[in-house]
Amino acid sequence: MNELISFLVGRLSPDYLPKDPVTIGAAIGMPLAALGLVVLVTYLRRWRWLWDNWLTSLDAKKIGVMYIVVAIVMLLRGVADAAMLRLQTAIAANGAEGPFSSDTFQQVFTAHGTIMIFFVAMGLMFGLINVVMPLMIGARDMAFPLMNSISLWLFVAGMILVNVALVFGGFSNGGWLGYPPLTELEYNPGPGVDYWIWSLQIAGIGSLLSGINFVVTILKHRAPGMTLMKMPIFPWSVLVTSVLIMLAFPILTVTLALLGLDRAMGMHFFTSDGGGNPMLYINLIWAWGHPEVYILVMPAFGIYSEVVATFAKKKLFGYRTMVWALMAIMFLSFVVWQHHFFTMGAGANVNAFFGIMTMVIAIPTGVKIFNWLFTMYRGRIDFKAPMFWFLAFVFTFTLGGVTGVLMAVPALDFQVHNTMFLVAHFHNTIIGGVVFGFFAAITYWFPKIFGFKLHDGLGRWSAVLWQIGFLLAFMPLYILGLMGAVRRIDSYSDPSWQPLFITSGIGVLVIVGGIGLFVLQLLYSVWKRKELKDTTGDPWDGRTLEWSVPSPAPHYNFAVTPIVTHRDEWWHRKQKGVKTPAKSDYVDIWLPKNSALGLTVGALAGLFGFGIIWHLWWLVLIAAILAIAVIVRRTLSDDNDYHISANELYHEAVRARS
Amino acid sequence: MSRQTNEMVIERYEKAEFGFWLYLMTDIILFASLFATYMVLRGNTAGGATSADLLDPKYALIETGILLTSSFACGVAALALRFKKVNLAVWSLAATLLLGVVFLLLELNEFTQLVSEGNSWQASAFLSSFFTLVGTHGLHITIGLIWGGAMAYYILRHGRTANSVRKFTLFSLFWHFLDLVWIFIFTIVYLGAAL
Repeated sequence: MNELISFLVGRLSPDYLPKDPVTIGAAIGMPLAALGLVVLVTYLRRWRWLWDNWLTSLDAKKIGVMYIVVAIVMLLRGVADAAMLRLQTAIAANGAEGPFSSDTFQQVFTAHGTIMIFFVAMGLMFGLINVVMPLMIGARDMAFPLMNSISLWLFVAGMILVNVALVFGGFSNGGWLGYPPLTELEYNPGPGVDYWIWSLQIAGIGSLLSGINFVVTILKHRAPGMTLMKMPIFPWSVLVTSVLIMLAFPILTVTLALLGLDRAMGMHFFTSDGGGNPMLYINLIWAWGHPEVYILVMPAFGIYSEVVATFAKKKLFGYRTMVWALMAIMFLSFVVWQHHFFTMGAGANVNAFFGIMTMVIAIPTGVKIFNWLFTMYRGRIDFKAPMFWFLAFVFTFTLGGVTGVLMAVPALDFQVHNTMFLVAHFHNTIIGGVVFGFFAAITYWFPKIFGFKLHDGLGRWSAVLWQIGFLLAFMPLYILGLMGAVRRIDSYSDPSWQPLFITSGIGVLVIVGGIGLFVLQLLYSVWKRKELKDTTGDPWDGRTLEWSVPSPAPHYNFAVTPIVTHRDEWWHRKQKGVKTPAKSDYVDIWLPKNSALGLTVGALAGLFGFGIIWHLWWLVLIAAILAIAVIVRRTLSDDNDYHISANELYHEAVRARS
Repeated sequence: MSRQTNEMVIERYEKAEFGFWLYLMTDIILFASLFATYMVLRGNTAGGATSADLLDPKYALIETGILLTSSFACGVAALALRFKKVNLAVWSLAATLLLGVVFLLLELNEFTQLVSEGNSWQASAFLSSFFTLVGTHGLHITIGLIWGGAMAYYILRHGRTANSVRKFTLFSLFWHFLDLVWIFIFTIVYLGAAL
């Protein structure tokens, strides 16, 4: 009898309910918020609408919007975590008690890193790619729309597991990359590390599928005439990033699986006994992890290239060198991973090699920066909000790049390794490079999806506050790092550090103000949507194909597949005089029917992960069998598309024009 | 025109085939990471049995023979389907899957024997990496068997259509790919143990 019960409940036990006030608050608040949402949708009678138009939709633009919504919600949680970290370090000086226990503090910085990278940056990136990449290459949809939906729901399943951890069981305390042996069973017997492993594993498999999907889409779905060297830079950056995803994410899958096997089956890959080798883990995780940071930043580079050309009213300077720089970064990003652990005893020659490679990768990045600056040179620059984000990027990212090159020198790295200097450096590049880019992109492409622009003034002020807040929050960390403050400390005894930590905390508040303005910008623009309406489909006088279709873009993107002759095709057509297609240009098209498979697979993956985390092996088995069954059933069916006739398309286009 | 033309079906599967090749490339990276892990941890036996003590290349040679024959049968099935010999295709597919099952049973037999002699995956880092590498291949074989079974059902139900030929192409790509991975396992793990 006891055996049966322990089989059924695994290691679920009331001991894992939250105990300290902060987590109890979150544990009560989050389910309440979810419940509120359910009640709201029921009250508005929007379930049918939600199901048909969003949850089961295979339209890449809608999938993209869902990614972005999830990512923005997670951004709020990630920033709340950041604020908690800086609150602790502002107070806990010189023997004073901070508001959080050491264990809570560790969970918070682990959650902050994990959420920001995997569920904010990756989510925004996949969302933006889904929204605009097919439009920019003149395609109707992704190559594999159903797989696209599966990717989304695997991402959501991972996100939900991270948040369930907060309510029940606690999260990992091992840092965002979970170094063993700390994350091994011996030192971390609870479910926290397992939550970390399985949420990343599930989301990571979704990312891998997306990578394959994007590569096939770009190589097979480009509009006729669009050779690779006539493709805009954003799709180029997506292609390069997707190749990196394909090369790097399988390594993450293996690494997490091996750590999971150590924990669930008593293996000895990375344990301190039984012949395990923790250094192997650190090499494997960074062989994925370094390419990962370029996976995040390259689409942002693509975005800046589009934004700066549009708002400077000039064609992009140095298109070819932009492409080559992307390729160079792609290759080099795989030969620099060891710079993350210069101090771990690989020897002088190995360190020298990786140090030099790290400096070399700054060269193609510098080429891109100069290309953007030369694009602005003698342009007629229109200082709209996306341009503000771009300028903040140039300043912040260049600074981050310079401190990166500093740390590429092994001798110097020994001084600042694992200090606040490093923390400041990578926030410099990730916030300055990635986050600013994605905000620019949201502002820039918003009208294409929703049919109205975002309020420009609020967007500019959001960028300004982010920039000021960023400097306040991270410049003190550079100084603290040089003074010897190690990262991840929750208390310190040197009173001279406190003013700097307090300044940094104020910076976080200013950033929160920037996010507040962004949310306000969204709400205000929805309220004023009639005045901000985009009637032309081309609100910024754009250069590429997405601006050639009406706003919001129709679900089939292009009624008539465009034929491309120039790099800036839409700009070229506007110079020449835009021709409206004749009735005979329209042909019948086929689009994928809605499918609940993505949602089902996501839900089953979530249950599968939950089962492993809590040792509910029956749940793991059932979820796996059901997932295989629904996928097999789908592969056996053939009739999954629906048809729109040329006539319907023509009449819809005529209606849209009038 | 409210039905999809044959060209549209073909175009769709060309895309799927290309995508599947890319997936196989990512699977190669996955196995490469496992091979690298095995090579790093091979000597870490924690005072226990070494690969030379435990692994028998002759036994693995038999497994290799069975898997290669299975792959051959799979090739026959693909050709038979292309040349509209549905019966031959189904029988060859049955042979493919049967040999796959035999391979899997042989592998499980090897695993149980190792475990019963006290050399489980918990004994040392070497054995952890051995069981994981070979087991991951076995897991792929299991997925292949499920997929092959579904294919057999599809062909029996629909016969030879543009769809069934293309679907079978994807399956046979996967099955041959598993052969390729096994050749590396045989060479690096089993022959490596004898050297």
